[in-house]
Amino acid sequence: MSSLTILAILAVAGIVAFFIGRMRSIQVCGGRQRNLHSRPSYYGYYLAILTALPAVILLAVWSVAERPVTKYVAMQELPPTVLQGTDAEKALTMSVVDSIAQGLPKLGPEEYEVLRKARFGFVTSSDARDVLAKHGVVLGSDPDRSLLAAADELASARATSRLWLPIACFGLAALGFFWGYTRIRPELRSRNIVERVMRSGLFLASTVAVLTTVGIVLSVLFETIHFFQFVSPMDYFFGTVWDPRFATVGKAEGQFGLLPLLWGTLFISAVALLVAVPVGLFAAIYMSEYAGSKVRAFAKPVLEILAGIPTIVYGFFALSVFGPLLRDIGGNIGLDISASSVLTAGIVMGVMIIPFVSSLSDDIINAVPQSLREGSYGLGATQSETIKKVVLPAALPGIVGAVLLAASRAIGETMIVVLAAGIAANLTLNPLEPVTTITVKIVSQLTGDLEFNSPQTLVAFALGLTLFVITLGLNVYALYIVRKYREQYE
Amino acid sequence: MEAKVEDRPAARVETPAVPKESGDAAPAALGELKMKAKDVNLWYGQKQALFDVNLEIFDQSVTALIGPSGCGKSTFLRCLNRMNDVIDICRVEGDIRLEGQDIYAPQVDPVQLRARVGMVFQKPNPFPKSIYENVAYAPRLHGLCANKTELDEVVETSLIKAGLWEEVKDRLDQPGTGLSGGQQQRLCIARAISVNPEVLLMDEPCSALDPIATATIETLIDELKENLCIAIVTHSMQQAARVSQRTAFFHLGKLVEVDETSTIFTNPTDQRTQDYVTGRFG
Repeated sequence: MSSLTILAILAVAGIVAFFIGRMRSIQVCGGRQRNLHSRPSYYGYYLAILTALPAVILLAVWSVAERPVTKYVAMQELPPTVLQGTDAEKALTMSVVDSIAQGLPKLGPEEYEVLRKARFGFVTSSDARDVLAKHGVVLGSDPDRSLLAAADELASARATSRLWLPIACFGLAALGFFWGYTRIRPELRSRNIVERVMRSGLFLASTVAVLTTVGIVLSVLFETIHFFQFVSPMDYFFGTVWDPRFATVGKAEGQFGLLPLLWGTLFISAVALLVAVPVGLFAAIYMSEYAGSKVRAFAKPVLEILAGIPTIVYGFFALSVFGPLLRDIGGNIGLDISASSVLTAGIVMGVMIIPFVSSLSDDIINAVPQSLREGSYGLGATQSETIKKVVLPAALPGIVGAVLLAASRAIGETMIVVLAAGIAANLTLNPLEPVTTITVKIVSQLTGDLEFNSPQTLVAFALGLTLFVITLGLNVYALYIVRKYREQYE
Repeated sequence: MEAKVEDRPAARVETPAVPKESGDAAPAALGELKMKAKDVNLWYGQKQALFDVNLEIFDQSVTALIGPSGCGKSTFLRCLNRMNDVIDICRVEGDIRLEGQDIYAPQVDPVQLRARVGMVFQKPNPFPKSIYENVAYAPRLHGLCANKTELDEVVETSLIKAGLWEEVKDRLDQPGTGLSGGQQQRLCIARAISVNPEVLLMDEPCSALDPIATATIETLIDELKENLCIAIVTHSMQQAARVSQRTAFFHLGKLVEVDETSTIFTNPTDQRTQDYVTGRFG
């Protein structure tokens, strides 16, 4: 019985328990619900929780623990020579054991007998190999007896686990159900219990989010520290040359200067903002101040569709359409524009972040109280005067926040620049030349053959951490500004 | 029933409020005819909000618009400076004249009209700028002052007229939103009179204020009316009795009765007015 089936049955059991619990509560109070401490449905939830929750937790723990436990059992059969080998050798052996073990349940009784005999040395292991090959388990050589033994143990451990898992889960569910059922009395404070469980569930969810973030940061941080054991921070943060060489050397042969990448990132983001801020802001002003409700109902969703386009699509739009177009236009007027350039990537990225600017600004402009506009109209100001002198100044902090959020989005953007900005780490002021960004280099350092002990790979983590710190700083600052603005009107 | 109705105005309204005004603010106190609305009908989409309203507003006096919530008095007030133009679905018909000129005529620019007919709103709505900038906003916009000295002067006069100068003269550069509610409302009045409007419309200017701030504003209204035509919407009948010379009673989008304030409160013609001012409904 698969875990999913068990889960489904437990869910059904929980629903049934809910109705039984509710019925039971009405029963024990003799139909006078005011004598109950909580509303009847809370007794239902109470019983459902007692029935399903412990069993589901058991199921989850069991599913996670099954692999390591059965693997440990199987490893007891392996000779010490294997166990003392490197991790890679052990993993290789275990994968052979695993594939044999997966073949075992498919064997018929006689075939399995052959295997048992081979395990204890009564027949040669090549017989076992033949038997296994019939069932699609192809081995490179005759398996060692210890391998067969390990596989046999692994398979039987798994079978035991599969047999007992449903029994244990349903037993626990039944136990919880009957215990809860006997405890339902009018004075049982089921609402408090149910709400405590709810709160723990919500708390757990937020903890998962926070812990994940902390985990990611820590793992990146440790790899970064590892990287700085190869390359000095001075060379990384202030180096002007990016030339990591290849990972085969395994030493800090290359140069890992951050500055060209940082410059490329900021340069492209600046171009993107130059496109996105005016267009987005003006669009937002039009939407919130001038557009009639019909135009608004149509145009706002369309503008927001831009935000829903996957960035890889923008990337190949830039690569296949916009880049060549820009190059041809440049060629016609005598400018030498590379197909992948700061300008291409920046403009396309700018188009991508227009919705961020416009949508956020629109919300912020709408949040400016109507009374301020009326006050201004009441003094004989025109609509454009009102927007320029009252609405925009009032909304400015929020708009700055929106722009900063868009900027951090642009800085972290990967796919567009991978395709459209090029891979040459140039320190150039010319927007017509290709540059590269931090994100592009993270991609290129982490694809292909990896050797996780070389600075060539580890530098990706240092770059990631750098990027993270930059965007985190921007986001925190943006949120600070937005919150400060909110306080004025609420 | 009838007897009771007669009793209550005498007990509740007439005695405390009326004598002061009715005694010395007689018909003679009114200036000349300033605004005249004739057969004004107004719709919000399909729903008609005003029905054939006819009202005259006189210079150098305060006209109070009273009536239960939703009776159209604020809507009517907003017709007088075409503030309703801002609302898409609003449609106005009829004839409203400012000194004989039709303000809904095509050649009239609502923006210029609003410089002549100022407005103070229910909730104080200072701009998120400094006190000085709040008052200087409109004069700057209309280019009324040639230089900084003149502008300073206009700001000072307006604040003095609004009775706020003494309280804020040392902190003109601080945000207007930092003032107390009553001060904010006086700042809004200063802002409204900075362009020397001929008419000042006040839409429940004291409804968000405490009694002391209300008293200050009422005194201010009394002083301002010497040079201005004021129309005020209010829910407080005591306030209408205290500050106004003429009172118009609105009910369900119709103008029921308009007359001397003292007459409305002591001897109204219409039964509905009687019921309202005596507190029997509304």
